[in-house]
Amino acid sequence: MAFYRSHILVSVDPECLAKGAHEVLDALNDELIAQGLIDEVQVLETSRIGDPRRLGPDILVYPENVHYANLSVDDIPYLVEEHFLKGRIVEKLRAAEKVITDEELGAPKSKEVRVVLRNCGKIDPHNIEEYIAEDGYQALAKVISEMTPEQVIEEVMKSGLRGRGGAGFPAARKWQLCRQVADNPKYLTCNADEGDPGAFMNRRVLESDPHSVVEGMIIAAYAIGASMGYIYCRAEYPIAVQNLNIAIAQAREFGFLGENIFGTDFSFDMEVRMGAGAFVCGEETALIASIEGKRGEPRPRPPFPAVKGVWGKPTNNNNVETYAVVPQIIMKGAEWYASMGTEKSKGTKTFAIAGDVVNTGLIEVPFGITLREVIYDVGGGIKDGKKFKAIQTGGPMGGCLVEEHLDLPVDYEALTAAGSMMGSGGLIIMDDETCMVDMARFFMEFTQEESCGKCTPCRVGTKHLLEIHEKICAGKGEPSDLEKLDELCVEITKNSLCGLGQGAPNPVISMLKHFRHEYEAHIFEKKCPAKVCRALIRFDIQAPACTGCTVCSRNCPVEAISGERRQLHVIDDEKCIRCGICVQVCNFNAIEILS
Amino acid sequence: MFNVAETPSQAGQAPSATGQAKDLTKIVEMAVEKHGAQPDAFIPILLEINRDYGYIPAEAIRLARKMLHQPEEHVLVSEGQLYGLASFYHMLHTEKTGRHVVQFCESAPCHVQGGRELWKAVQQTLQLKAGETDPQGRFTLKTVSCLGVCGVGPVMLVDDDMYANVTPEQLADIFAKYE
Repeated sequence: MAFYRSHILVSVDPECLAKGAHEVLDALNDELIAQGLIDEVQVLETSRIGDPRRLGPDILVYPENVHYANLSVDDIPYLVEEHFLKGRIVEKLRAAEKVITDEELGAPKSKEVRVVLRNCGKIDPHNIEEYIAEDGYQALAKVISEMTPEQVIEEVMKSGLRGRGGAGFPAARKWQLCRQVADNPKYLTCNADEGDPGAFMNRRVLESDPHSVVEGMIIAAYAIGASMGYIYCRAEYPIAVQNLNIAIAQAREFGFLGENIFGTDFSFDMEVRMGAGAFVCGEETALIASIEGKRGEPRPRPPFPAVKGVWGKPTNNNNVETYAVVPQIIMKGAEWYASMGTEKSKGTKTFAIAGDVVNTGLIEVPFGITLREVIYDVGGGIKDGKKFKAIQTGGPMGGCLVEEHLDLPVDYEALTAAGSMMGSGGLIIMDDETCMVDMARFFMEFTQEESCGKCTPCRVGTKHLLEIHEKICAGKGEPSDLEKLDELCVEITKNSLCGLGQGAPNPVISMLKHFRHEYEAHIFEKKCPAKVCRALIRFDIQAPACTGCTVCSRNCPVEAISGERRQLHVIDDEKCIRCGICVQVCNFNAIEILS
Repeated sequence: MFNVAETPSQAGQAPSATGQAKDLTKIVEMAVEKHGAQPDAFIPILLEINRDYGYIPAEAIRLARKMLHQPEEHVLVSEGQLYGLASFYHMLHTEKTGRHVVQFCESAPCHVQGGRELWKAVQQTLQLKAGETDPQGRFTLKTVSCLGVCGVGPVMLVDDDMYANVTPEQLADIFAKYE
């Protein structure tokens, strides 16, 4: 075995790759060769090291445990010469004194409990031995050697684990239904088609700890009596697909997958199936159709997949997070898991926080925490000291919640009762400069685009919802539009085939409920209170603040601004295209947006 | 994607967007061989053709059907079925694309983090709207659903290269890298 005196770990998670990690990696290798160090220093790829939002491409050097960040290709020759040839740490490129392995997650915050994310950033996802060192595959050994399938189902039932895909159906109940069907072979599918905008919890688990999902699936297969499993992962997550494939190959090599697992007569294998970009494939019947190589269109249920799923055989489908938590329930016991959360929602849930908060990113909290704690304690409050306006939970099929809901405990029932839903766990937080009509338009653009087109209420209905919103945002809203919206929402919800269509109007319903006055301002007064909708605003240069520096008139793409140097400038409203460039370039905040 | 050495056009070869020739038959054959002629391989096969050829022309569908349709194995395939797949999934293109495909994430987290302004700037810089290709065949502009890297939005893909925290000022430099 080759011996290296130093190891360089380069972070190649998607965020760092987007900031040029590959170029840094290549430059490191080139420079080590150029300086004759390539036999002494090994360059390895790893997942997340630092916080890419702040740091950019970063590396970790062992054994010194030095973290360099925000590297560019130009830094590399100097860095290699100083650190690896001369043995001097380059302080100016150093990220921080102390290394935190996963800065995006950071050390668990006061209200966080890491169950699903426990290994993220701690282990090398490409190395099964590191997972095993963290008690990995022990739960599988316990299940196969000490428990009957019925006991496994019983244990998961006692833990209160509910499906993390959004609907919250008790996981063990689903397993039991599938087990009881007298038909063979049985299949297992894992829904890794995390399509909700702003939700990337599953991506982090698949990339950073793929074995937890693989182990969870093997245990579920044992409980159900399934012989083959498919992980349906979206093609937008190439690194997750790659890490899963590596994990499956390693698990097979170690005898955790394949024929006669642990020398018993239990056999199970699995494959990754890649999507090709269709949001609707997150719906279980559509997902199954896509695995079979068909258009990802949902079909009516019943028959449920537990009876007729992949290739017409009994199939159990769960979300990534549901499977990932199973090994720990087996190891630590159902009582431990059920001790967290609320009466009906047990355990923890991962959330992806996005939008106008200070700390965007991932968190894992026990059910029952309030939205206020999520936004202010964990999320660090609203960005730039602005005011909270609304939070969208449950993704594009969820709804928005407002100030009065902030003290609700987060669990399946409470969110549904408030007019939203749990969904897969994306939270989009909006500040008071967000126009809710524009946001509703935006969500409808998404659902309209992603509607598979099979059933009319969803295909045509979402298109109408979008058109009405576009009309209102363009300042052409009519009083009858509000009524039409109300009516359409009811019809689409009532008549659509699958959950996506039934949930499609949810953002509009909740926005009409909480922000009807904004719709009315757009329609009756032709005003956009948040000053976002271009057709309803105009720009005006304010007298004392304007110094007549001419920056705005020089930058205006349509020459709508006139005025002499050191004189107040004026915008010609007829020519102005409301691009907002003048507001961005003005150094004196002299340009006001009026509605 | 299209960095293929120039070869003279021969029989059985269709010209790619660059005017260079690529053997479509070979691409289809290799895709079928790699994934196997089974129904659950149809989507991976089409993805492979799409990646190697840039898009899925009608000719590719005709060729693929011939190879996949095996009545004796009870695998029955029609061209319509394959076209149905190619037109259903966003990542499969049935229209000729430019040499480079710009995919802009227009999802809510990017949208509220400056994506709204950036999207306007992208359309203006490229002089294209979503789904369009410029007359020179250099860029095709598309929107893409959430790429899940919301922490560093707004995000944009050019071919397989991902750009994060993009600002309108950076666009000219980014696009200049792609000929």
